[in-house]
Amino acid sequence: MIRVPLFTKEARAINYVSGPLIFIQNVKGVSYGEIVRIILPTGEERTGQVLDISKDIAVTQVYEGTSGIDNKETRVRFTGEPPKVKVSIEMLGRIFNGIGKPRDGGPEIIEESNLDINGMPINPSARDKPADFIQTGMSTIDGLNTLVRGQKLPIFSGAGLPANKLAAQIARQARVLGEEEKFAVIFVAMGITYKEASFFMRDFEKTGALERVVFFMNLADDPTIERIATPRCALTAAEFLAYEHDLHVLVILTDMINYCEALREISTAREEVPGRRGYPGYMYTDLASIYERAGRVKGRKGSITQIPILTMPDDDITHPVPDLTGYITEGQIVLSRDLFRRGADPPIDSLPCLSRLMNLGIGPGKTREDHRNVADQLYASYAYGRDLRRLVAIVGEEALTELDKRYLKFADEFERHFITQGDENRSIERTLEIAWQLFTLLPEEELKRIKREFIQKYHPAAQKGM
Amino acid sequence: MIVGAISRISGPVVLSEGMRGSRMYDVVKVGTQQLNGEIIRLDRDQAVIQVYEDTTGLQVGEHVSNTGLPLSVELGPGLLSSIYDGIQRPLPLLAEKSGSFISRGISVPGISHEKRWRFSPRVKTGVRVSGGDVIGTAHEYHLEHRIMVPPFVSGMVRDIYEGEFTIDEPVCILEDGRQITMMQTWPVRKGRPYQRKMDPDTLLVTGQRVFDTLFPVTKGGTAMIPGGFGTGKTVAEQTLAKWSDTQIVVYIGCGERGNEMTDVLTEFPELLDPKTKLPLIQRTVLIANTSNMPVAAREASIYTGITIAEYYRDMGYDVALMADSTSRWGEALREVSGRLEEMPGEEGYPAYLATRLAAFYERAGRVVCLGSDERKGSVTVVGAVSPPGGDFSEPITQNTLRIAGTFWALDTSLAYRRHFPSVNWIKSYSLYLDQIQDWYTASGFSDWKELRARAMYLLQKEVELQEIVQLVGPDALPESEKAILEITRMIREDFLQQSAYHDIDSFCSLEKQYWMLKVILFFYDRLNQSMGKGISLSKILKLPVKAEIGRMKELTEIEKIKDLVDQIDGSLGSLEVER
Repeated sequence: MIRVPLFTKEARAINYVSGPLIFIQNVKGVSYGEIVRIILPTGEERTGQVLDISKDIAVTQVYEGTSGIDNKETRVRFTGEPPKVKVSIEMLGRIFNGIGKPRDGGPEIIEESNLDINGMPINPSARDKPADFIQTGMSTIDGLNTLVRGQKLPIFSGAGLPANKLAAQIARQARVLGEEEKFAVIFVAMGITYKEASFFMRDFEKTGALERVVFFMNLADDPTIERIATPRCALTAAEFLAYEHDLHVLVILTDMINYCEALREISTAREEVPGRRGYPGYMYTDLASIYERAGRVKGRKGSITQIPILTMPDDDITHPVPDLTGYITEGQIVLSRDLFRRGADPPIDSLPCLSRLMNLGIGPGKTREDHRNVADQLYASYAYGRDLRRLVAIVGEEALTELDKRYLKFADEFERHFITQGDENRSIERTLEIAWQLFTLLPEEELKRIKREFIQKYHPAAQKGM
Repeated sequence: MIVGAISRISGPVVLSEGMRGSRMYDVVKVGTQQLNGEIIRLDRDQAVIQVYEDTTGLQVGEHVSNTGLPLSVELGPGLLSSIYDGIQRPLPLLAEKSGSFISRGISVPGISHEKRWRFSPRVKTGVRVSGGDVIGTAHEYHLEHRIMVPPFVSGMVRDIYEGEFTIDEPVCILEDGRQITMMQTWPVRKGRPYQRKMDPDTLLVTGQRVFDTLFPVTKGGTAMIPGGFGTGKTVAEQTLAKWSDTQIVVYIGCGERGNEMTDVLTEFPELLDPKTKLPLIQRTVLIANTSNMPVAAREASIYTGITIAEYYRDMGYDVALMADSTSRWGEALREVSGRLEEMPGEEGYPAYLATRLAAFYERAGRVVCLGSDERKGSVTVVGAVSPPGGDFSEPITQNTLRIAGTFWALDTSLAYRRHFPSVNWIKSYSLYLDQIQDWYTASGFSDWKELRARAMYLLQKEVELQEIVQLVGPDALPESEKAILEITRMIREDFLQQSAYHDIDSFCSLEKQYWMLKVILFFYDRLNQSMGKGISLSKILKLPVKAEIGRMKELTEIEKIKDLVDQIDGSLGSLEVER
């Protein structure tokens, strides 16, 4: 693989500095993607990575930023190695910076392994099919958009919406039914404020989960470029814990929009042809190299489940970042400002939500036989009720037929009792029970999405009759 | 052999010096790790190479050697049920060699060179054969794998053997000493030759009501499925791969999710082909280049796929090719183009995007194959498109629209209310309607076109009526128009909606589709008749027979659906009598 050089190449040949990039001249034997140590005149050491090499120039991006770098005295040393991160089971309970160095004042970890942060793509034929239902205790997720182990399910939020609260609640409540297996949470902060980070820390502390959590923190005032490496370091650690130590790892990445900003910054500094809104054309591939690291691998016990959080600028779901994310991830949970104002907690707008792997995790033996039908019926009825609201705004409620009035009521009650749950941790049975209660608001023949036998078995009216 | 040295590395693009004499699209081995690459530009002494593997660790000055061959695939028995990456490396073999994660610089053959196949000759010595002639057969699962004389080869058969052979051993020797084996290699960027193209006039039966009845695609036709994320492109593509009535299916996962490919891999061996009752995987070739696998190989993957499809077409089979998603392929093109510092066209895509897309889709078609027996085969191409933000005005959607014959526009708002397949019936179209009419008539559905036209008319009318309802409320409509809204709701919910996961409804035979629509439209006619006799709409809608229509999907016996006509007639008749 990569050759370890017998001597290190050191040069004092920076001739151009722009944004996060430095251009190093006249160096030989530099390999693509290798890590560079940059020694400032003050003695400070920084880390960079080679992005482009031609015969006499190596373009290097500096993770900690270029302030203080001059083009006379600063020296660069080529390590000949790709960026790596030291990993160990001892990482649990510790806090690291964006490139995997401890930032909690504790000692360096004793490494079990030193791994390339870029990892390698999982061979699609070696992937194992995700199949284990994760009960998050949230009705809108468990009932309508079920999360399964090995899935990547992002939360699309807007500025000021409680995505963090939701993510913390999921991390707190998530469990696989009928199992007490080893799990770990990896929390990856990219460009968020200290306040947000400490919210998560306190929440984990409160529930006593802190020793199962690894923090990777690149906060808002940390170098932007470091953010490019942060999720990769964290996922490398996640892969190590999942596939070497058989842990079920939940990775929370927040906030992906900040990561993409960093990507755009580098792309602009490299004077690349921009794609939509100035983001680089390869952003899809780049994001995929992060999200696709979720999954399960045949023959290994552990798994990686990802919950990336991203704030949609101006609540716009067609913005390139949520858009590309939605194309890669296996569904999305979308928060809505409208529902938030109406007091729904969590304010999940179930209509644009989706879980592509839902069918793998539900049904008899996993949740319940009527789950699929119930979810479809809830969706169809709620969507129709929401449509009617618009109509009511124009023509008034009196103009509606009797049936439509019932649908309208259904939509209101659905938001009040099914979506809203506060801090309650609901079992899947409880979630389905609430759904069947809601169905009593509608005439039975309207329940077209549900098989007759399930109506007979689970409909409260039918049960009373028995 | 030409050997050069790397002079620049930028992501998947590598520049090499000392390459004079190389040809465009030659395959090269890059660096000490022997990474696979392909020449995409020649400039004096320099060659620009796109590398199919991750370039991390490469150094300026490492050697680049030209193999002198274009990017090719191996074609022969053993393709079916394989799963390949973008450059025809079998993924299970890669996993054997490098574990669960794909490492670099591995070369493995596309099909097994050890496995022996039973070859039964079809021609005798002394016969004159030329390119495309079938000289014998081997059995690949249930399929008769026809061994053909490679294109542009001809001569008198001197010897022909019978027995078990590997794909490297000659099964036939021509007069001039030329050996013919069961394997051919073919450069992926060049379409395989055929005698002539024919007009597509046969329906590709997909078992999906909205496709077959409303917006059909023909065997040898092209279709595109654009839609924002979550609209069900992948489910639609997989459904087509499952139920299309072709002998062979090639499924290309181009820059998409790894878990989806796993899904296909675990599901297809269990599902049975509705016609042959054999596992679907036995008629399928999978190409998986997921989004985190190298970009350049993604660019190559659709060519690899269509070349395999053409090979089976040449045997005289109908092949369906699904590409999910062509947008990711376009993006790979854009990324490489950006690294080449080419002048960008619209949205950063290279100016030649339209040409490349057209060249790909035109490899579809129904043809008379090479060879003296006038075999007919077809390749149908269905490409998914992932427009950013669901905006159809972007270059890939627009350029594909110019070429594709059927347009299945997926709609986010339909997907939000879980109307699947979320095909928008107002925006979608099929250009094959006229060509296919005779086929429908010959299959015993002579009034298909009228039924379809009536359904489309009602659905169009619904849009207009909905606008009025939005302004004045539903009560302001006259009874007859309220009836239209009820019927279109039936068409939408009881006919167009089809669950891909329902055990019965996921595949709907043509006959069942026909009768389902006929029953709904009969109900409409009969309802109008009764209303003419003074029966109120609300009374009719309370009839239990309406719920029966809603349960048609779950029925397996067509007779029961046909019976509904009498039931409708009966119950409306009795209403009239009551009055």
